[in-house]
Amino acid sequence: MSTTVSQLDKVKEGPWSGGKSPWNLEYGKIMMWFFLVSDAFTFSAFLIYYGAQKFAQPTWIDADKIFQSIPGIAESGQPLVFVGIMTFILIMSSVTMVLAVEAGHRNSKQEVVKWMLWTILGGLMFVGCQAIEWSHLHHQGFWFGRNPATGLTDDNAIVQALSPYFTKEVSYTAALQFSNLFFTITGFHGFHVSIGILLNIIVLSMTLNNTFERRGTYLMVEKVGLYWHFVDLVWVFVFTFFYLI
Amino acid sequence: MSHHDHIASHDAHAHGEGMDKKRIWSVFFVLLALTALEFLIALGFVHHWGILQKGTLVNVIYIILTLVKAFYIVAFFMHLKFEKSGFIITCSIVFLFIIYFIILMLIEGGHLNDSFTHQPIFPH
Repeated sequence: MSTTVSQLDKVKEGPWSGGKSPWNLEYGKIMMWFFLVSDAFTFSAFLIYYGAQKFAQPTWIDADKIFQSIPGIAESGQPLVFVGIMTFILIMSSVTMVLAVEAGHRNSKQEVVKWMLWTILGGLMFVGCQAIEWSHLHHQGFWFGRNPATGLTDDNAIVQALSPYFTKEVSYTAALQFSNLFFTITGFHGFHVSIGILLNIIVLSMTLNNTFERRGTYLMVEKVGLYWHFVDLVWVFVFTFFYLI
Repeated sequence: MSHHDHIASHDAHAHGEGMDKKRIWSVFFVLLALTALEFLIALGFVHHWGILQKGTLVNVIYIILTLVKAFYIVAFFMHLKFEKSGFIITCSIVFLFIIYFIILMLIEGGHLNDSFTHQPIFPH
């Protein structure tokens, strides 16, 4: 009715007094960042606990001895090769994700679809490799709350069951801690990858349905991209602390 | 709503300047080279030639390389380097707590290691 604007409805000036976005970021993207920061805390807590256990124990499982097979090619003697392939797959899928985000900035639907498909394929390959790795360790007798010597009562039998995995002296407790933490941490990471694949598939189908075309912005690809890079980031740390150190 | 759209489109525009295809691939090659270096140290220097021994020095090198890789992923792939400095500080300053936690747990772990070594409390 009236053409005068009340004091409250006036658009405010200044970066922090409202009416303007001081971070120049969309709300959903800021919230994705804050979620990732909190998720980083969860993973940090896991990995720091792993480090503290390893630091506290006089002896620990030798990564070169427990991870030394390439499924289908070599049963032993090849440390780091299989996990190297997994790392490469995940870094590669991170690159295809950025390329999808970059294509989104140019509103190029076709390219977004192409790169999202590659990203999803990379994620599925990674989860597949993870499953092979898990089943390999499971066959050797490692699992939640279990290691190859679980159930043995004779001291010599325990040492014999565990000595292939240790360089220094053998410890039942260290093997158990390793087993629990390996499956918990890589499991939690694999869960994140699986959720990421699901989100990528949702965003891919939204792209195919022209949802972002109608919105005029591919911001959703960026938000899912942030999550996907975070999954890659966590793997970089898991790789270092489980496989290298 | 129109204001919201304005922010979104401005945001998208600002981001277009940060990462083009060429830059994406150069970051990829940096990550690949750092990973290859880790493999060279682990498989070559430590495992094969035996020039370096497993221990504190090699672990420190691994951790530094990991942190450099993490920087490249967060700064370029997650685009944090091109955000407003206020946002960069908001997202990174909280990790001071993680550094504090690492120090605490290392002290704790070192103490436990001492007691385990001198008077083992576990049977195996």
